[in-house]
Amino acid sequence: MNPSDIVSPENLVYRKPELMNDNHMHYCPGCSHGVVHKVIAEVIKELGLQEKCIGVAPVGCAVFAYKYLDIDWQEAAHGRAPALATAIKRLLPDRMVFTYQGDGDLAAIGTAETIHAANRGENIAIIFINNAIYGMTGGQMAPTTLSKMVTSTSPDGRDVQTMGGPLKILDMLALLDGVCLATRVSVHTAAAVKKTRRMVKLAFENAMAGKGTSIVEVVSTCNAGWKMTPAAANDWMVENMFPVYPIGDLKNI
Amino acid sequence: MSEEISLMKGNEAIAHAAIRYGVDGYFGYPITPQSEIIETLMEEAPWKTTGMVVLQAESEVAAINMVYGGAACGKYSMTTSSSPGISLKQEGISYMAGAELPCLIVNVQRGGPGLGTIQPSQADYFQTVKGGGHGDYKLITLAPNSVQEMADFVALGFELAFKYRNPAMILTDGVIGQMMEKVKLPEFRRRRTNEEVRAQCPWATLGKIPGREPNIITSLELDSALMEKNNERFQAKYRVLEEKEVLYEETQCDDADYLLVAFGSAARICLKTIEMAREEGIKVGLLRPITLWPFPTKVLNRYADKVKGMLTVELNAGQMVEDVRLAVEGKIPVKHYGRLGGIVPTPDNVLDALKEKCFHR
Repeated sequence: MNPSDIVSPENLVYRKPELMNDNHMHYCPGCSHGVVHKVIAEVIKELGLQEKCIGVAPVGCAVFAYKYLDIDWQEAAHGRAPALATAIKRLLPDRMVFTYQGDGDLAAIGTAETIHAANRGENIAIIFINNAIYGMTGGQMAPTTLSKMVTSTSPDGRDVQTMGGPLKILDMLALLDGVCLATRVSVHTAAAVKKTRRMVKLAFENAMAGKGTSIVEVVSTCNAGWKMTPAAANDWMVENMFPVYPIGDLKNI
Repeated sequence: MSEEISLMKGNEAIAHAAIRYGVDGYFGYPITPQSEIIETLMEEAPWKTTGMVVLQAESEVAAINMVYGGAACGKYSMTTSSSPGISLKQEGISYMAGAELPCLIVNVQRGGPGLGTIQPSQADYFQTVKGGGHGDYKLITLAPNSVQEMADFVALGFELAFKYRNPAMILTDGVIGQMMEKVKLPEFRRRRTNEEVRAQCPWATLGKIPGREPNIITSLELDSALMEKNNERFQAKYRVLEEKEVLYEETQCDDADYLLVAFGSAARICLKTIEMAREEGIKVGLLRPITLWPFPTKVLNRYADKVKGMLTVELNAGQMVEDVRLAVEGKIPVKHYGRLGGIVPTPDNVLDALKEKCFHR
């Protein structure tokens, strides 16, 4: 017997978003990416933007984001997603253009592209996954890595005297006149996921309304890179990440 | 109606030709000796007329990646720069070759290496035709020798780029970019509608319409077996280009004993050298490659059976000479004469070099 024969529509409490396809995800169990992908798929569907949406995937763990959501995608070189998004939106002003970037992509190699796209107030949404580590390459130090945090390239912990401190790039972006929304969210509880969905929706609405650049920073876990169980990673994030990257709006106009 | 003839710089001709061709987006960053291109575009303000987007990016890196974004939407997208800026664009060019994206890049070369000089040079030949960025790829390369060709090659570059889904480059230099000549600009064409772009470029990311799979533009393929297939597809395309799209110009080659081989501004200088040589009774011709890749290998090989020697004249230390030598397969001596670091030789210099290097006078 097929499960669908047992579950009646009135009893259905959850279904995979329509825009998410059946490709097997490459993300580690417990990783935040899958949840954020789901949120984006739900928002695109809710806003009826599937035919208008063009996503820009980064280099990093989300390099294959284009495999999971049934919309048109471009895969950018490392850090360059906001440059691609700039051109797409300028050439197709009625389209919904968003980038999906990790902390290395957005806050290290792509700092210039991020800052200047935001400074021009490009009408795009930037979804920024900050898990304080390079996941794809195996757990190296990121610009957002916390002080004293151990990674494969800071084996004795990040020494802020020689390696710099955790880069609060959202705070920098919030200062720019081109930015209409700079907000930090998370996806570690059901309530947090709901809030994230609201903010991603607002970011997409802002982009379509021509209000300027919206950045949604998702403070995330990388339990594999942090070498913890998913549950422990959630606790560690709340305890250690949130004090440095406080949840909430830095700017929302 | 009389022909509309204008007098302008090569750089300005590129800008006007781009607007008239119906280019959708220009993304650039100022650098001498080609800043007139973006300045002309900003002055002309085509966003008010054709709807063309003109954007000054924060860097050459950003500019080439904007071109990637525009090209992936099937839009006519272009950037221009000069040697140091073109070095910065190599990452983006490699990615576009890998993602099979058509675009136009203009390199108004200046002397290098490094920051070098702002004076003209042809020292980026190797970078352009041998790779530049990483991976096995080829860049369609056009070398104009006049302001007229600067204007004409905008259309030619986009046509070849879109025909083969490959980046194309106009490789020119500070002489052609800065000098003023008469030019007949192309007729205005209107920009394509999104529906026309969809029809021309079914692969473009314009938004997923019902009934088709998502369009995904990427150069990534982790499965080596598939990545080899991708590379084989690129190579097959390059072989077709080498077969079908070679362009060159022959000047007084029919009765020539010696052949000068030169492109762009160096070829202009050689035209005068031919005159001077023939006044002295030396039968010299000029073969000017117009496409530097694909290179006119076959025609050079044929001339190797007819002439006694060839001299390449280049504003570099000897780059194209290697391709000419490969082409003639050792049948005749091939020498090189070049000036470096932004110095442009005179026709006399070239004639002296011909005598000294080709028949030891």
